[in-house]
Amino acid sequence: MVPLSWYLALSAVLFTIGVVGVIVQRNVIVLFMCIELMLNAVNLTLVAFSRFLGNATGQLFVFIVMAVAAAEAAVGLAIIISLFRNRETLNVDEADLLKL
Amino acid sequence: MEIIHLLFLAFAALAVVAAFNVILQRNPIYSAIGLIVVLCSLAALFLTLNAQFIAAIQIIVYAGAIMVLFVFVIMLLNVREEEARTDRQKYLKLLAVPLFVALLAEVVVVIRYVNATPPAIPNPNTVSDPATSLGTVESLARGMFTDYVLPFEATSVLILMAIVGAMYLARRESPAEVERIEQALAADSAAETGADGSPHA
Repeated sequence: MVPLSWYLALSAVLFTIGVVGVIVQRNVIVLFMCIELMLNAVNLTLVAFSRFLGNATGQLFVFIVMAVAAAEAAVGLAIIISLFRNRETLNVDEADLLKL
Repeated sequence: MEIIHLLFLAFAALAVVAAFNVILQRNPIYSAIGLIVVLCSLAALFLTLNAQFIAAIQIIVYAGAIMVLFVFVIMLLNVREEEARTDRQKYLKLLAVPLFVALLAEVVVVIRYVNATPPAIPNPNTVSDPATSLGTVESLARGMFTDYVLPFEATSVLILMAIVGAMYLARRESPAEVERIEQALAADSAAETGADGSPHA
């Protein structure tokens, strides 16, 4: 059996890569993908703890996280489309006001 | 070192390389492909953790539905290659590397003390009640529709709100707006045919 710490380390690395992506990237679609990356890193942690505690609650939580991620993707991409329609850009630096 | 360790290392390396691909590519479509590879290798890792159902859902919902939505939007917006990045946020790039190292170091220090032995899981094919085995559909369903039925219902309300919100946000503003876009498109095509020197212009 692979040790728990390996899974946690991989999850931490993926989460950190997601954070760095949100900091360095300026394309709003890629920012969105980095958020999905972070959600997936957390999912890996939840599933790993679920296995090592012998409890299915962690996997249930992953299920809920996936539903939230799907809802978030739908709303977020709708916001991106409406942003692009109004500003003709995907650069987040050019859309830093709270109004369109 | 057993074969499962090798499998873990292979898929973990694939996931990390693809994750770097997501944040370093300049064209969003390559980032999307990198993210799909991350999702699929994570599904393989879920299989090594007795989470068969979650692994299947990961492929179907994430790689199948959410990423299709992403690729669809990238194609719809027809994004050009990223222009030269603005210098306004340059300090953020300098900040990102130390933050990356600090966060990783913190995590490594914590994880060094993690030491757990997993409990034995009964084989779901031979056990009399599949719900007693971890990761089967039965065990997840039993939890979801008994102890966690309230979060489950709350999720359905959330998805309903997301449907309404997405439709509200993505709709055309007004007939005047539609007319403005149609005129812009007509002007574009007129300019293109004019540039070709075709008789239609």
